[in-house]
Formats: sequence, C-alpha cells, structure tokens
Amino acid sequence: MLDAIFGRLTWDSIILVQAVEEPNINTLITASAAAMMPVGGVMIVALLTWMKWWKPLFEWLTSVDHKKIGTMYIIFAVIMLFRGVVEGMLMRANQAVGLNGGFLSSDHFNQLFTTHGTNMIFFVAMPFLFGLINIVVPLQIGARDVAFPRLNQISLGLTAAGGFLFMISLMVGEFSTGGWTGYPSFTGRLVNPGVGPDYYILAIAISGIGSTLTGVNFSVTIYKLRTAGMSFMRMPLFTWTALCTSILLIFAMPPLTACCAMLGLDRFLGFHFFTNDMGGNLMNFINLFWMFGHPEVYILVLPAFGVMSEIASTYSGKRLYGYTSIVAATMCIAVLSFTVWLHHFFTMGQSATVNAAFGVATMLIAIPTGVKIYDWLATLWGGRIRFTAPMIYLCGFFVLFTIGGLSGVILASPTLDYQLHNSQFLVAHFHNVIIPGVLFGILAGIHIWFPKIYGFRLMEGLSRITAFLWAIGFILAFMPLYQTGLMGMTRRTVAYEDPALVPWMIVSGVGSLILGLAFLSILVTILVSVLNRKKLMVPFGDPWDGRTLEWWTPAPTPEWNFAVLPKVECRDAFADAKEKGTAYQPIEKYDDIEMPSNTYYGFIIMIMASGLGFGLVWHMWWLAILSLLGAITTAITYAFLPQKHNVIPAAEVREIDEAWRRAAREGRGITRDDEGNQANQGLACPDNIK
Amino acid sequence: MIDPTTNLAIAESFLQPMGSVAADQLRHLKIVTLLTLIAVVPVMVSMPWILWRYRRSKPSGEYRPKWESNWTLECLMWGVPIVVVALIGVNLTIMTFRLDPYKELGKDPLQVQVIGLDWKWIFIYPDEGVALVDELVVPEGRAVELTLTTDTVMQSLQISAIVGQIYAMPAMTTKLNFLAVKQGESEGMNSQFTGNGFWKQKFQVYSVSKEGYAARMNKAKSSDLALTADTYAILAMQGTSEEAKKPLAIENRQGPIEMVLGDPKIFQRVLARYMVDEMTPESQPGSPFYDPKKSPLPPASDKPMMGMEM
Ligand code: HEM
Ligand SMILES: [Cu+2]
Ligand SMILES: [Cu+2]
Repeated sequence: MLDAIFGRLTWDSIILVQAVEEPNINTLITASAAAMMPVGGVMIVALLTWMKWWKPLFEWLTSVDHKKIGTMYIIFAVIMLFRGVVEGMLMRANQAVGLNGGFLSSDHFNQLFTTHGTNMIFFVAMPFLFGLINIVVPLQIGARDVAFPRLNQISLGLTAAGGFLFMISLMVGEFSTGGWTGYPSFTGRLVNPGVGPDYYILAIAISGIGSTLTGVNFSVTIYKLRTAGMSFMRMPLFTWTALCTSILLIFAMPPLTACCAMLGLDRFLGFHFFTNDMGGNLMNFINLFWMFGHPEVYILVLPAFGVMSEIASTYSGKRLYGYTSIVAATMCIAVLSFTVWLHHFFTMGQSATVNAAFGVATMLIAIPTGVKIYDWLATLWGGRIRFTAPMIYLCGFFVLFTIGGLSGVILASPTLDYQLHNSQFLVAHFHNVIIPGVLFGILAGIHIWFPKIYGFRLMEGLSRITAFLWAIGFILAFMPLYQTGLMGMTRRTVAYEDPALVPWMIVSGVGSLILGLAFLSILVTILVSVLNRKKLMVPFGDPWDGRTLEWWTPAPTPEWNFAVLPKVECRDAFADAKEKGTAYQPIEKYDDIEMPSNTYYGFIIMIMASGLGFGLVWHMWWLAILSLLGAITTAITYAFLPQKHNVIPAAEVREIDEAWRRAAREGRGITRDDEGNQANQGLACPDNIK
Repeated sequence: MIDPTTNLAIAESFLQPMGSVAADQLRHLKIVTLLTLIAVVPVMVSMPWILWRYRRSKPSGEYRPKWESNWTLECLMWGVPIVVVALIGVNLTIMTFRLDPYKELGKDPLQVQVIGLDWKWIFIYPDEGVALVDELVVPEGRAVELTLTTDTVMQSLQISAIVGQIYAMPAMTTKLNFLAVKQGESEGMNSQFTGNGFWKQKFQVYSVSKEGYAARMNKAKSSDLALTADTYAILAMQGTSEEAKKPLAIENRQGPIEMVLGDPKIFQRVLARYMVDEMTPESQPGSPFYDPKKSPLPPASDKPMMGMEM
C-alpha cells in the first residue's frame, strides 16, 4: 500500500535524514543547502504575509504582461545563478586542495559538476535571455505584447517546473552524476538505477518544451507584430538576434526532447535505444544531444551579441557600423550552427573524411563571428565613447571573447581535439565564451534595460565594480585551466596526482572567490539602487540617449507600452525623431487599448508539470497520471474559455501620455556629461544636436 | 634481469612529445595558433587605440555619428577571416588525414587489444599470449595498433605524450595507431567520466628498446595468473587494478597485474556478449549489482565484429 503511494520514496531519500544518520562533510554541505529551501520558504511566506504581499504576488504570477513575465524569468535566473556560482566555487575549492583527493567525496563532486552544468545552461543562461527577450523585444518592435501572451506564461511555468524538479533533487534523493551531457549507458538503467538520471531527464525535458514554445512565440511575435514601417532591415539588432535565437529554439530543442524521451523509455520501460545490448547504441544519444547542444550555444550567445551591438552604438553615440553585415553574419551563424555538432565527439572513431568535413564547417563559423567583432570595433570608430558599465562589459568581451574564439579554433581541429577533448582546456574554452560572451551580455543588458521597466537606474559606480570583478575573477579562475589542460588534466576529475598542477589550481580557486564576490556585487548593486531609487528616477524613459523604440516610452513603461503605436521610417527611429525634434510631439487621436487579462493557466500547468515530473521520478504513478490528466484537462478547458480582455479607455491613456509628452517638451534634456548623476531624468539632449 | 622500465625519461603530455603523432599535434597547435592570431591581433591592438582616440572626455578623432559603412573596410573584415580560415582549413584537412588514428604507421604494427573496465584497462598482446593490467609497454620505433572496446560504459583512452585519445565503446571496437619515437615513460588515462573511481583510472606507458620489450613480455609470460573468463569476471568488478588484487588473491604482489593469455578469444567474447543476451544488472559490469559469478561470457561469435570503419 505504502509502495503504491510513495513509490520509491523512503525516509532515507531525504537528504536531511541522511545527514543525521551519517554526518560528514559531504552530507553536511548538501544538508545545509537542502535546509536553505524550507527555511527560505518559511521566511518568504512570513514576509509575504507580514507585508500583505500575497495579492500582489498572485497578480504577478497570473500576469501575461511580457515585462512581468520577463522579470520573473530574470528573478528565477538570479536565484539559480546563486546556486551555480556556489557550486562552481565548491568545485574550485576542492580542486585547489585536490592533490590526491580533496575534501569532497567523489560522488558529491560528480553531482556538483552535473548540477552546475545543467543549472547554468538550462536554468541560468536560458531564463536570463528569455527574460531579456521578453522585456525588450515587444518594446523594440513597437508592440503591446507578444503574439501569444498565455503561451508565454505557460513557457515560464514549464521552465519553473523544470527548475522545481532540479531544486527538489537537492532535498529528496539525488541528482544525476553523468554530467550536463548525460551520456548513456552511464545514465542507463543498469549502471545508474537510482533517481538521479530521472531527475535530469525530466527537468530538462520539461523546461525544454517551455523553451520550444518560447521559440515559437517570439518568432511569430517578430514576424507578425512589428509596428508600421518596421521592415526586417529596420529592426534593432537585439531583435534580430532574438529572432535567430527563436528560430534556433524551434529546430534545436526537439532533438533534446526526443533523446530525453528515448532515454526515459529505456529507463522506465526497458527499451533499447541507447543500451549496450540488444542493438541499442549510445552513439545515437550523443548525436541527438549535440544536434541540440551545438545550436544551443548559439541560442545563448546570439542575444548576447545583440546586446553588444546595442552597447556599441548607444554608448558611442553613433549608428551601428555595418548593419547589413552584422545581420548577414548573424543569419550565417544561425544556419551554420546546425552543421557542426560532430565537433563534440571527433574522437568517437569516425573516418578522417567526416572529421575533416565537420572541422572545416566549424571553422567557417569563425568567419561571421570575426566579422561581427570587427563591426563593433568599427562602430566605436568615429564615436564619442563613454566608459559606462555596459561599455566595460563590451571591452571585456572584445578581449576575452576573442581569446575564447582562438581556443575554439584550436579545438575545432580534429587533430588537436584528440589531445584536448575532455580536458581542462575545454573547460577553460567554454567558460571563456560563456562568461565574457553570454554572461557579460546578460549583465550589461540588465543594466541597460533595468530603468526602462522599473523607472530607476542601477548605481553606475557599483555596476562598474561588478563588471570589473567578473572580468578579473574570470581571468584568474579560467585562464590557468588552459595551461592545466595542455598539461593533460582531464575535466570532471575530483582529484589529481600531478603536483605540478597545484599552483594553477590555487590561482583558479582564488579566481572563483572573486567570481563569488562578483555575484554578491550584483545583489548589492540592485539593493543599494532600490534604496536610493528616488535619486535614480528616470521618468522620461530615455536615460542613455537611446536610439530604438523601447526608449520612446516613459519609465516605468505602462502596461500597454505605447499609447499609440509608433510609425517607423528608418533604422534607429527614436534617434532620428530626437534629431528632428519631433520625438515628443502631441498626438491627436487616442484609442481604447485592449490588453489580455490575467489568467491562472500557466500557473496550473506549472503545478501539473511539476507533479508529473516528481511522480515519474519516484514511481508514484498515481501522481504522474493525475497530473498529466490534469494538465490535459486544463489545456482543453482553457481552449474553450473565451479569452478575457481589459479595456483601458482612451481618456485614461490620453491623460498619462499627454502629461509625459508635455513634460518632455518643456523639460531640458541633459547631455551625456550628466548621464551618471541625479540630473539624468531620462530626457536626453543628444551630442549631435547641440 | 634488470627491469627495462627504470631510468626512463618521463613525459607528462604532448608538450613533451614521445610519439610521432603527438609531435605533429604540437606543431599543428603552434601553426593554428599563429594563423588565428592574424585575425585576433588586430582586435587586441586596435581596441585600446580606438577607445583612447574616441573617448568622449577628450576625443581626438572627428565625430561621425552617421558613418555606417565603407566598402574597403567591409572587404577587409570579411576577407581577412576568410583567408585565415581557408589556410587553417586546408591545414586542418591535411593533418586530419595524416593523423587519422585508423591509419597504420608502419608495416605490420604490433597488435594490442584493449578492454576498458571500471576503473582499469586490460592490455592484451595476442601475439605474445600476454595480458597486462594498467601497463602498456611498446617497443620504440615500432608501429602499434590498439583495438579498443569496453565492457561497461563509454570510456576514452588517452596517451597524451604519444598520440591523444579515442573513445572505447561497449559492443563496438575503435582503433588507435601510434609510433613511439623515443624511449620514455608516461601516463595514460581514461578521459571520459565514468563514475567514482574515474580519476584513478590511469596507466603506465613505457616505450622501451626491443630487448627491453622482449624482456618485459618474457617476465609476464612466466606469470602464474591466466586471463580466462573467470579471472576476467573478477577484473570486471568496479575498482582500480590495485583493488582487484585482493579478489585475485595476489594482494602482496608489487607492480601491475600481469597474466598469460588463458583464453586467446577473450576480447571477441567480450564483444559478443552484447550481441547475444539481454544484459541484467547482475551480468553488466559497471552496474552496482554486478556479480562476477552471474556474468558468463558467451563463446566468440564467428560473425565479423562491428567496427567503426565506414
Ligand atoms: C561563476 C563562476 C563559475 C565557476 C567558478 C565555474 C566552475 C566550474 C567548474 C569547476 C566546473 C567543472 C570543471 C570540470 O569538469 O573539471 C564547471 C563545469 C561547467 N560549467 Fe561552470 N563555472 C562558472 C560559471 C559557469 C557559467 C556561467 C556557465 C554557463 C552558463 C557554466 C557552465 C558550465 C558547464 C556546462 C560545465 C560542464 C559540466 C559538466 O562537466 O557536465 N559555468 N564550471
Ligand atoms: Cu559545438
Ligand atoms: Cu561506437
């Protein structure tokens, strides 16, 4: 009876119980991490009750406003980044003293790199970018929302459900030890019968479906909802990269879902897709995984490139150099990214012809990538460069990402990959493109667009310190790994036997401490800025002398984004309007605005998907079946419910919008000299007008 | 008899190459790096200069807010990377074919069969009738061909100082050809994560003189231990080769496990097991429930083995 209810779940599955029964450093570390969740949960509940925030909370959770959904993605990602950074630091600390065995048990370390990798890719980088895309894209194309607002909420719900499964594995049971790539047969039923791989499969499959839907949603949004006059070749660069990423998501996520499903069938129902025996073949998993995995790195980095483009032109007060070139290069990268997946397993024994073909294909991607970097440099040429926090990220990106590209070209050579595959050189390489590429882009993006949504800027000085900490921490933590990789140190190793590695590992450990500080510095920046928000307000909405449509609204941006949808006649439409002096002209006619109203749809799907995943992991079949049926019923019910709308009367819109325009016409814009101080109210007087 | 494996120079990785392939790889690494620098250096040099020249606080260059394209520059921006990539691409293709691990590096290479287990390697010398665990001895100057498989999850055998790595997969074979051009000692390893003992899965590699090689083989031939299906099943238990000494009842012996080849078809039988029966948790090495007594090897199959050649 109990078995039918609890499936495989027993008292011993609960980490806190394990720590009591068998206290040692490993169980204590996991137990304190696990304890943070109930303790944190109770604190949050108390806070919400005390501050009477339950109602606003549910207004957020049921909102379909793209800005709120974006914000929720980003909050989720920041929480997960905390976990990821702590795990990274633990691993680095372990390796700093890891000569012949560190302080962590092998099993604990193995879970750490698996959770760290899975987390950073699926629950940090992707949600961060989806958050930015959600917030920025509708504003940049002059739309009021995304094409499918409820679907957007469901995507968020599925991502959160994946995150829930991932986090709950910290308290109940264990996570996989098979690395973020989860290759069978190591993750197969015979070798790993436990719950770890099941958590892994379900967490990424469920959140993966959410990502696919995000891809669909934003492709359609960008195709269909562009405002009048916004042709493709007038779209801001960030929107272009968001479009490419969305298309990549649609094509790249299905192989992941498929290979997870197939591995699930192997594990749950004894199929033989990837088993050693009965004609199964693990190589098929590896192929499918990387058919997703390689495009995935471009899913991550393209939007970051988009942010870099915006930085280069905005903070040098100048048009983007080579717009057409950059768009073409972005598209090239998106297409080529589907043709190179084999470089992740050059060493699997295929013929030299195959390896050479994929090696050359990989090299080809270096061309458009190089072009983009040159284009951004040329954008700075002839500008008036301001060394604000985003510009610091951009400069860090120029130097560090280029080094990452160099090591990428090295790894793309099959010959060299026979040596460097699976080594610390590889670990250095991908962190080298992910941190200075993706993460710098994300952090800079947050700094830039934060005031747009919340109405106040982040403290400039603190943001600069954060940027420097990330850059220095990164250099110290990861550059030494190039050397240890060349010296023959493998990845995923809990300990090593070669004393020559020790000094490098210690430097790297120090670097990871600085990265920890860098993370704290993000929180401090946000906290201090919130406390000082009165002084940082930018009600006019254009704190950086922006060039694209999103800056053409007050800050915080009203729910409906644009009182009247703008018409666009060129690229950088807002910069053009400011130059002509027409930016804040009065508007004659306002219409009623219809906005989709709140719904519990996504929230319910999130609960159901979590129940489905948890039920499957623990073989609680009743829970899995009920949740699945519940999800299906919810979907059908909502399909038949008429969608409700809120109507905002034209008079109300007029009042708010006219006040803003009038104040802007009467106000005195600031020059860029005052960008970082209290005078910056978000009304710009561009350098080229004076 | 003196031990042929003492007093050898130690090479850590391909930075001190001991094999022809590793030497070529090191050279290739330098060439690729230099070629790529052609595209990288302009960024590193021009960035600080541009930042300085166009800094808003004290600019020295003209402000051109509308400047957005220039054909010469455009050609350079696309041209330079294209040329660099073309050069590297040609070089890469040539080297990929030249250093193909399937290409034999001399006539009649020495055949060694390799079985990867958790967390040890068995090296079988069929011609000598010898098997060594976690020790690979090769004669300097003679081409060697490893044929690899595993009897657990996927592994990757790497000998950095001599050749690099290749995956070894259950039910399949892969090949790794190399030629040691210097005498010396180095360490090989598994670079594909395989669980708790993964980091200990290292083995000694010796490249020795012909006489030294013969002496080493003779020493192994006089071993009282034989590699048969039974001893194999014991070796297949999870653990390092040191840890396998106890169940083999040779706890007190120093040095790597050496055996005569009791069953010359053992490698083929390991491959055959995945073609015949469905594996169970008891019969699959690497599973937590593996039981050497319940893991019989089938007879070798007459059908050709499934290789990776295409
Ligand atoms: C913030 C500081 C970070 C630190 C200190 C850190 C540290 C580490 C360490 C020590 C490993 C294990 C290396 C090994 O296998 O030997 C690792 C692996 C990995 N990291 Fe990070 N990392 C950081 C940030 C990131 C970020 C931002 C991402 C991606 C968004 C990321 C993605 C990964 C991935 C995918 C792996 C591979 C996991 C695997 O082997 O399956 N890391 N990291
Ligand atoms: Cu790739
Ligand atoms: Cu294979």
